[in-house]
Amino acid sequence: MIELIFKGTKRYYGWMTALLAVVGVGLICYLWQLNFGLGITGMSRDVSWGFYIAQFTFLVGVAASAVMLVMPYYLHNYKAFGRITILGEFLAVASVTMCILFIFVDLGQPMRVMNVILHPTPTSVLFWDMIVLNGYLFLNIIIGWKVLASERNGVAPPRWLKPLIYLSIPWAVSIHTVTAFLYCGLPGRGFWLTAILAPRFLASAFAAGPSFLILLCLLVRKLTNFDPGREQIRTLSKIVTYAIIMNVFFLICEVFVAFYSNIPEHKAHLQYLFAGLHGHGALVPWMWASMILMGIAIILLLIPTTRNDEGILAVACVLVFIGTWIDKGMGMISGGFVPNPLHEVTEYMPTLPEILIALGVWALGLLVLTALFKMATAVKEETYA
Amino acid sequence: MPQLRFRIPILLGLPHRQPEGDEVMERSRRGFLKLAGLGAVGLSAKPVFSAVGLGGSPSPKILKSDKALTANHWAMVIDTRRFKSEEDFEPITAVCHKIHNVPKLQNKRHELKWIWTVPYENAFPGKENRYLNERIAELPFLVLCNHCENPPCVRACPTKATFRRASDGIVLMDFHRCIGCRFCMAACPFGARSFNFRDPRPFLTETNPAFPTRTKGVVEKCNFCAERLAEGKIPACVEVSDGAIAFGDLEDPDSEVRVLLNEHYTIRRKQSLGTEPSVYYIV
Repeated sequence: MIELIFKGTKRYYGWMTALLAVVGVGLICYLWQLNFGLGITGMSRDVSWGFYIAQFTFLVGVAASAVMLVMPYYLHNYKAFGRITILGEFLAVASVTMCILFIFVDLGQPMRVMNVILHPTPTSVLFWDMIVLNGYLFLNIIIGWKVLASERNGVAPPRWLKPLIYLSIPWAVSIHTVTAFLYCGLPGRGFWLTAILAPRFLASAFAAGPSFLILLCLLVRKLTNFDPGREQIRTLSKIVTYAIIMNVFFLICEVFVAFYSNIPEHKAHLQYLFAGLHGHGALVPWMWASMILMGIAIILLLIPTTRNDEGILAVACVLVFIGTWIDKGMGMISGGFVPNPLHEVTEYMPTLPEILIALGVWALGLLVLTALFKMATAVKEETYA
Repeated sequence: MPQLRFRIPILLGLPHRQPEGDEVMERSRRGFLKLAGLGAVGLSAKPVFSAVGLGGSPSPKILKSDKALTANHWAMVIDTRRFKSEEDFEPITAVCHKIHNVPKLQNKRHELKWIWTVPYENAFPGKENRYLNERIAELPFLVLCNHCENPPCVRACPTKATFRRASDGIVLMDFHRCIGCRFCMAACPFGARSFNFRDPRPFLTETNPAFPTRTKGVVEKCNFCAERLAEGKIPACVEVSDGAIAFGDLEDPDSEVRVLLNEHYTIRRKQSLGTEPSVYYIV
């Protein structure tokens, strides 16, 4: 099946080459980072996690969203999704690959990464994150490959695949819960120390992932002979609608708790994000932009006429994706670190090399995604023809 | 070597045939995999044996010096009344950074500091007071790693590169094992940890050869001068403080720290979080 990746149109080769170029630029910047140290990024003693970990956190959510296709189809017999579960699984593979790469480029001593395996530490949530992420990656590669290969050969998938598929459902929830547990168990970080962090992560994941999947489906319909299906996209759009509403609702809950209780330590992080603190407010326009984008998206998604219009739906999905990316990607990390445990403010903005390395990882993920989607749509074109 | 199912008939003197067609490839692919598997087991034998202690030669033993200062739980009591202004603290912060090869970096984002001073409202956020008395309001407070009994940083570390030494309660760092993930920095409720965002060595004006320098990409923090304690010396900051900082065994009722804790009301930073810091402040 892998030979399907290497045959395509000129546009396909052009896209892959462009992505490779971006990967190349990112790689050169990464070599610079390896040589100089993480000092080429905008991170600081106070804001010790930044853009890389923000991308990782966001993409774990996108990866987990594959369960939104798998669960209705395998658990609740929603036949329509059978057409496109492979797309969700392959999106998960590309996303988890990017997650692992983002963690890797964030390490100060990446050549020592095997220490996590040589010295296993079950009390560390990071240890469990490594296990669940890699497990989910293998699960989706095996499941996706086997289901696609079986479909191509016109046979039912082997029976041993079913338990793995069922396993992938709670496993998807677990990858994002464990990632949330990285943050919400830290006693010194009030912004993250909330029970609602894991639910909020899952809500924004099920908004961001399926909305990206809708965009990919629309693209697949345009660029290939495989049509993911109108009903499938409609159901996905309903999932996005409720998920983004839940995400914004959870945020409103957080705002209420902080500001009605009026406890300064609880308010401080949200004040920094939405109004600025001690004269520092670099993130304020970003956070409000995120709120406006998510608000407009909710309106467009709630009204059936606009939700069912695939052109407007595409716009809404872009708004959801960008809105959740800002909220979870930038807002959550900076919000946790600012103000620092001594209530001092050090702001964070990514530097150019940092952004280029991040773009390089995204490009590599898109490369994997395009290749896998090429393979999947080619098989679908064959079988549905 | 032909597969067993072809050899057994030969050995038993039964009618037999040679492998043909796909069976040939099958045989050599399988055979290769078997050989590769055996080879991997063979190559891993030595490291596995060494790891479980079945290696050949004995590993070197590390013994404690007779001079070493020991305690069940090292703790510190800082008498803030003994300090008047910023200058009183300079020798303290300077000596720690000097003997531990902690350079002064110009870029504040990358700064490395094991012990430093901050105003009251930063040392004790949550204990703010609009009508704070003047002495406290203008006094700098020493902050450093609290060597907690229940350290969140140790829980967070995925490689046990930072660990709490069971013998005396000091939270230490293994600079060689640290992968630079900075999870411990996120976990510390006191902002006590620094990260080497770049190679610190070029910025060292003088190097103490008795203590290792670090490389870029690892986390570091106060180690309660474990290397000095091992030689029978008290921590450098305590020595230079001229009695303002007391250091002793929290579990010894006759130690200086316990006597002070008995005589004076003391506060700790963020004690409500339950990390049980071992650094006390007489205010």
